[in-house]
Amino acid sequence: MSTPALRFAHDPAFGPPEAAHRAISGHGSGGPAPKRIVVGYGFWIFLLSDVIMFSAFFAAYAVLFKNTAAGPSAHELFDLHNTAVQTACLLASTFTCGMASLAVGQRNQKWTQLALLATGLLGLAFIVLEIREFSGFVVRGAGPGRSAFLSSFFTLVGCHGVHVSAGLLWLGTMMAQFYAKGFRQDIRHRFLCFSLFWHALDIIWVAIFSLVYLVGSLPPELLP
Amino acid sequence: MFGKLTWQAIPFGQPIPLAAGALVVFGMAAVVIWVVARGYLPYLWREWITSTDHKRIGVMYCLLAVVMLLRGFIDALMMRSQQALAFHAAGYLPPEHYDQIFSAHGTIMIFFVAMPFVIGLMNFAVPLQLGVRDVAFPTLNSVSLWLTASGALLVNLSLVVGEFARTGWLPYPPLSELTYSPGVGVDYYLWAIQISGIGTLMTGINFVTTILKMRAPGMSYMRMPIFCWTSLASNLLIVAAFPILTATLAMLLLDRYVGFHFFTNEAGGNAMMFMNLIWAWGHPEVYILILPAFGVFSEVVATFCGKPLFDRRSMIIATMAICILSFTVWLHHFFTMGAGGDVNGFFGIASMIIAVPTGVKIFNWLFTMYGGRIRFTSAMLWAVGFMVTFVIGGMTGVLLASPAADFVLHNSLFLVAHFHNVIIGGVLFGAFAGYTYWFPKAFGFALDERLGKAAFWCWLVGFYVAFVPLYVLGFEGMTRRMQRYDRPEWHPWVLIAGVGALLILCGIAFQIAQLWVSVRGRAERRDPTGDPWDGRSLEWATASPPPAFNFAVLPTVTSEEPYWDIKQQARAAQQLVTSEPQYAAIEMPRNSPTGFVTAFLAVLTGFALIWQIWWLVVLGLLGAYVTFVVFAWRDVHETELPAEEVARIDRANRAARAAALRAEAAG
Repeated sequence: MSTPALRFAHDPAFGPPEAAHRAISGHGSGGPAPKRIVVGYGFWIFLLSDVIMFSAFFAAYAVLFKNTAAGPSAHELFDLHNTAVQTACLLASTFTCGMASLAVGQRNQKWTQLALLATGLLGLAFIVLEIREFSGFVVRGAGPGRSAFLSSFFTLVGCHGVHVSAGLLWLGTMMAQFYAKGFRQDIRHRFLCFSLFWHALDIIWVAIFSLVYLVGSLPPELLP
Repeated sequence: MFGKLTWQAIPFGQPIPLAAGALVVFGMAAVVIWVVARGYLPYLWREWITSTDHKRIGVMYCLLAVVMLLRGFIDALMMRSQQALAFHAAGYLPPEHYDQIFSAHGTIMIFFVAMPFVIGLMNFAVPLQLGVRDVAFPTLNSVSLWLTASGALLVNLSLVVGEFARTGWLPYPPLSELTYSPGVGVDYYLWAIQISGIGTLMTGINFVTTILKMRAPGMSYMRMPIFCWTSLASNLLIVAAFPILTATLAMLLLDRYVGFHFFTNEAGGNAMMFMNLIWAWGHPEVYILILPAFGVFSEVVATFCGKPLFDRRSMIIATMAICILSFTVWLHHFFTMGAGGDVNGFFGIASMIIAVPTGVKIFNWLFTMYGGRIRFTSAMLWAVGFMVTFVIGGMTGVLLASPAADFVLHNSLFLVAHFHNVIIGGVLFGAFAGYTYWFPKAFGFALDERLGKAAFWCWLVGFYVAFVPLYVLGFEGMTRRMQRYDRPEWHPWVLIAGVGALLILCGIAFQIAQLWVSVRGRAERRDPTGDPWDGRSLEWATASPPPAFNFAVLPTVTSEEPYWDIKQQARAAQQLVTSEPQYAAIEMPRNSPTGFVTAFLAVLTGFALIWQIWWLVVLGLLGAYVTFVVFAWRDVHETELPAEEVARIDRANRAARAAALRAEAAG
């Protein structure tokens, strides 16, 4: 994943001298954008595509919300206490991920590792709580096969959970890389992508929290 | 141990799939043995399979498309011959086999012919046209290619092991649910498309980033070649639409594998939600295919008319208008769902509106031809054939966009004729034009023009003979996907359509002959100038085939047609106007087996998922993670090409161009 052409963007030996002095935006004035911009930009595009995938699951959930097939409804199932703790874990992990970014900026190995470890533990707590919630539903006969509503609920929330789990795997790999290879440029670029990913999962969780859990907990007579 | 997989999966009792499968297996084995025996394997591994060079990846995409085109076309011949025989008779294909053939034909032609062909052309041409050295993420590009190939391999594997889907190219529930399709056919479809879909999504991300963030100095948006613009629009659509496909097919997989109820008849499932979701991807998909073809035609028409494209600003606006409008029309695929007059009216009008920017484009091309010195090369013939054919296909589309008419024509052969009219006449003709146009750039020698023109005329006439009868049959009430029928008035038209398919077969034979003859005669056909068509955009500024680094020095762009302008200056001065640059070493991305290994694991995991061999699934995913870590752990990303080597290659190119200028001035 390298972009050799970018090396020369700053080099006056390549391209006209006036282009080298101008700020390189990638908008055509000064040639290809530097690698950090290209990597971050590409990852943003990936995140947008991921958000679109989630929007399809959100749409399915909205369509199937009332199709409970005489089974339990959202109002009967959801426990906002559990969700509140989950939300607190994930938001706190975004904070510690931000701390890790600062530590990487300082090239501080100890604080980078500690902040990433905290991020990982908070993420793990989130996953454990989610698994507990899901298994509780299944035990009460409200598994994903019970109704179309529950299928869409498990898929939407579970898809987010799978993303967080993959993020944990990535995070562990990231920690090992910082430890083994130090703050090399390509690894910092990778960490930029990781932190974008982690924050994006937070944003999606905010949407799930509001549209699934808060709305779902409303008494049915208040719903349209 | 092996899940659902038993010896019964091999179709020993059915001669046709067994023979076809055996042919494919022996064919592939023969190719592999030939490659190994001739000692080409190390070369192939080093220079192609592990290559991260966008040009090589582009060529491999096109090769995949061509091979799969042959497979998909054999399916088409089988359908035409079955229908020719099946008047008051059973024909030679039993229904369960015939259903697999039309499903495989559609799946292969869209996902493994049209997609790889346009992505291959984009891969080859876009970085060259942008004046840069590679795409934004070269290794990811290789992974994309190999994931697409994995999907294609799984589809072909279903020929030998198990069966393919009988549910059409889009597996509509509830038919595709486990209750009604208990076999592995739908699972083959789903996993093949999921795997190749991930590859396509990564291509989209790669190219949006490349086009928006990596352009030669001075190449502002309005100076980008039209093919880059249409590729940008197409890749934006990939990024916005393919996640919907992934999500939709994931829902169907969950229904089938673990008893979810997204689209089932029971427990509150909603089958019509599948139609909405799949077409929210599916309609943008047709523009993902056609927009790059529009780009190819824009390049071809400008080059062979010797004029800049007429009013490129309106062409760009029309392209982006189509890009946005394509997301507002999906419901026209199921007007008969009964969403009500208002909803149908909205989507009908939106569908008709798309004809407006498309019409603008047609006039752009026509006005470029007007007053131009047209050279009717075979690439130009494909473009002219496209303009005529596509306008007819577009008009039948506008007809279908009227909900009232659609209620009569829905799922009839009129529809089949319409979309073949735009996909063959648009996408495929565009792919062939691009193939002919950029072939000399990729290999340094042009294809044989005489055979190319023969192929074009067979395809064009064959297309009309094959598909005009389908319009008639649609009006006469014949529906699509019929394994047999007993209406005597249909029979003659079905026979004529079969003759059309044979004419297209002649076209394909001419294309194979063209490739054979041209490759055999490559020494005499060699084009030393790198600019055989008198081109206008930057890809013609470099040698043919281009060096790995494309440009020794990134070109500085000061106009819309940078290469044409500098060539005109050189022609006026009768010598090269740029002095020799100061050469420096260039760092190029290293080759990487990551893509190939990923594909191997994807095929293994996909196969294990289809047959529910769970330990193999775990093993495959574990392998994927290990591959990811090994790739992430690499320390050396690039190899350096020394300045002397760069100078040697570029001096040869400059000398060839100077000689060409002298020859032109003399003759």
